[in-house]
Amino acid sequence: MITLVVNGKPQRVDVNPDLPLLWVIREDLRLTGTKYGCGMALCGACTVHLDGTPIRSCVTPISAAAGKMVTTIEGLSPQGTHPVQRAWQELDVPQCGFCQSGQIMSAAALLAQKAAPTDDDINAAMAGNICRCGTYQRIRAAIHRAAALKKGGAR
Amino acid sequence: MKAAPVGRRALLKGGLAVGAGLTIGFQLPAMRARAPSAQSTPGVFAPNQWLSIDRDGLVTITNSVPEMGQGSLTTTTIIIADELDADWNRIRVSQAPADPKRYGNPVTGSQSYGGSRGVRDHMEMWRKSAAAAREMLRQAAAAEWGVPVDTVDTEPGVVVHRPTGRKLAYGQLVDRAQALAVPQNPKLKTPDQFRYIGKNLHRIDAPEKVTGRGIYGMDVQVPGMLVASVERPPVVSGAKVVSVDATAANAIPGVKHVVQVTNGVAVVADRFPTALAGRRALKVTWDLGPMAQVSSPRISSEYAALARQPGLAARKEGDVERALSAGGRTLEAAYEVPFLEHACMEPMNATAHVMPDACVIWAPTQNPGGTQATAARITGLPPEKVAVNTTLLGGGFGRRGEVDFIVDAVETAKAVGAPVKVMWSREDDIQHGFYRPATYNVLRAAVDGSGMPTAWSHRIVGPGILAQKGRMPANIAVDPAAVAGARDLPYDIPNLQVDWVNKDFGVPVGFWRSVGSSQNAFITESFIDELAHLAGKDPFEYRRALLGKSPRHRAVLELAAARAKWGSPLPAGRGRGIAVAFSYGSYAAHVIEASVVADGVVRVHRVVCAIDCGIAVNPDQVKAQMEGGAVYALTAALYGQITIDRGGVQQSNFHNYPMMRISETPAVETHILDSGAAPGGLGEPGVPSVAPALCNAIFAGTGKRIRALPIRTGAL
Repeated sequence: MITLVVNGKPQRVDVNPDLPLLWVIREDLRLTGTKYGCGMALCGACTVHLDGTPIRSCVTPISAAAGKMVTTIEGLSPQGTHPVQRAWQELDVPQCGFCQSGQIMSAAALLAQKAAPTDDDINAAMAGNICRCGTYQRIRAAIHRAAALKKGGAR
Repeated sequence: MKAAPVGRRALLKGGLAVGAGLTIGFQLPAMRARAPSAQSTPGVFAPNQWLSIDRDGLVTITNSVPEMGQGSLTTTTIIIADELDADWNRIRVSQAPADPKRYGNPVTGSQSYGGSRGVRDHMEMWRKSAAAAREMLRQAAAAEWGVPVDTVDTEPGVVVHRPTGRKLAYGQLVDRAQALAVPQNPKLKTPDQFRYIGKNLHRIDAPEKVTGRGIYGMDVQVPGMLVASVERPPVVSGAKVVSVDATAANAIPGVKHVVQVTNGVAVVADRFPTALAGRRALKVTWDLGPMAQVSSPRISSEYAALARQPGLAARKEGDVERALSAGGRTLEAAYEVPFLEHACMEPMNATAHVMPDACVIWAPTQNPGGTQATAARITGLPPEKVAVNTTLLGGGFGRRGEVDFIVDAVETAKAVGAPVKVMWSREDDIQHGFYRPATYNVLRAAVDGSGMPTAWSHRIVGPGILAQKGRMPANIAVDPAAVAGARDLPYDIPNLQVDWVNKDFGVPVGFWRSVGSSQNAFITESFIDELAHLAGKDPFEYRRALLGKSPRHRAVLELAAARAKWGSPLPAGRGRGIAVAFSYGSYAAHVIEASVVADGVVRVHRVVCAIDCGIAVNPDQVKAQMEGGAVYALTAALYGQITIDRGGVQQSNFHNYPMMRISETPAVETHILDSGAAPGGLGEPGVPSVAPALCNAIFAGTGKRIRALPIRTGAL
């Protein structure tokens, strides 16, 4: 039995300790906002926060999350009003949207570290997240916008 | 300026949000929000299958075009809401079920969506449907008030009696309107009356896509559902299972069934990782068939040999051979493009529940009609007993018009008697695709004393998509998909020939974002650039001079050149290239600035796009499609290559089939040319002219001509 806290809620799961965190999130906890895209930490669609740090849940064994805090897209903000989510909507970033949970989790982690990231900061933090629809330039603009929203006092 | 942000937020609160309405039904199989069908439902005004209004004034719009990122949920809604004069705050959208008679594309008759057909094929029908409803609401209000119908007008969600200012909300008119005859030729708005069309409205699916609430095929959950993964052969086609030893797989806790299906051996388990573990434990013996003899070097060399023979004429004007042998200057070049996989972010998947008298499918499909027909064939049920729920699609690009993943799900679910979600791994997805055809091309041209072309010959060697699928139109020899973008060369050249040698090695081919144009525009727009340089002329002016009979090509070319400041000085080492192409009803031109830096890495600095799509329903989303199309095309030009080794695909995941990243992506500047023409496509037209503009820029900067994709940095 492994215990962890997901989106503020304590969870106990009885699974193989090698099982990737992604599948616990999706299949056991039924939080399907976190996506499977490659299974090899190559695309970033599965990005969640582990104790605040963005990680690829598809290659993170559940045992590594034992006793830790996991935040998924569903838990980023109660009403979907995190500055990153607001900026994403303002700029109409998503197209198919499948990668966007991962993009948003990476972007939120970046902004938690750097209040006003430069383009280079964004490149470094976001290069692990593939968007096949090619929304990158809007992602870049939306991160700058989210930084401004955050500075202006996020709700 | 963006319009109607309030509408979006207001909608969210009610739980009947546009978008949320789409996904509500996925909790249980029978709860899929069916499009309202009955005109006879009391209290619901439903003059046709595309819209209904209830007594509360809530408008339900049925979108038939799957949402794969192109924005169909929003665009369909804009078109219908505008002509209906609906209140943007009081709309929800449902996704159409499979029912080709009611929801089929009016041009193709099918419920298979590709070819950037959403707006261009449906707009007129949707407008008429909504205009009919609006007309009926006006008649209903006029009758209520006892006034002439020509004195009543509409504002969003209400009918207004102009002389007195009296108003009736649409919801108040439902019962009266329901009793009226549907006008067959309602008057449409004039463009100056558009309320939503042409404005920048927010995507109505953005809220669910930034919160993780949106339901993609992969996210479907059905009570009692099992998850399966199919072990597939090591070759791309033609293999057969000789024997299966599932002993070890069956011994894994959680593995429930192992069943043979058309595409391989399905391991059915309680969860996806268990199904994958089951696959690894299988011992399958395959008869690999003739594909085992096929590898990429053989494909290339046989293509090249075949290029010496004439092909089937796709276009023939004048006498090319005579012009080529007339003694003037000539140029010949060979161009080659590889197989490409779509690499949708969401790997293929589908969920099916096969019952004795019905079948229900949940799938991220571009082809609800084909999904229904496929399930009907497999189950023996009549099509109307097959319900298809189209989820959000995590990318489409043509891949999801295929039904192979539907076959997996229906066959597996039928075999095990429980709902089954079949999920593909990324490796399955890349190694068992329907690839953009690899082709080999020989181009020859003759030029006159001033360097202008007098003859153009383009021979294409490769497979035909329609030919391979057995879907060639009657009495046509040349596969239109193979020659698109080559046959329709816009340049005014007196002797012109395009021919096609059909050579199919059995690698499954399919429609890849912009199809034939995606590769043929690279080839033709590179070769015309070669001719411009041979003539010592500016590549923009050279094209322009040859586009006298193609004014819409010329207009986007000129717009792109102007906005890119064509001819202005560039930083050292940087080159600028240009290209123009027509595809899927629209005209696009690109100017790209690029350089080749240390280690042969190509850096793309700037992309300027001009697009003429006739009417831009949602201009900001027109730009989004151009931005995305450019990244898709640049990824292919810089990295895209599927190679075959003994019948199998050598690439497997994003480490060896790489995608462009944010750090490599330039800003794409899009300029919309408002031609006022009929609507054109947008998903695809942003792709074809990108690769040639990039390669022409590399030539301009380095003098190296790229004649094979992907761009090989070692050659620079």
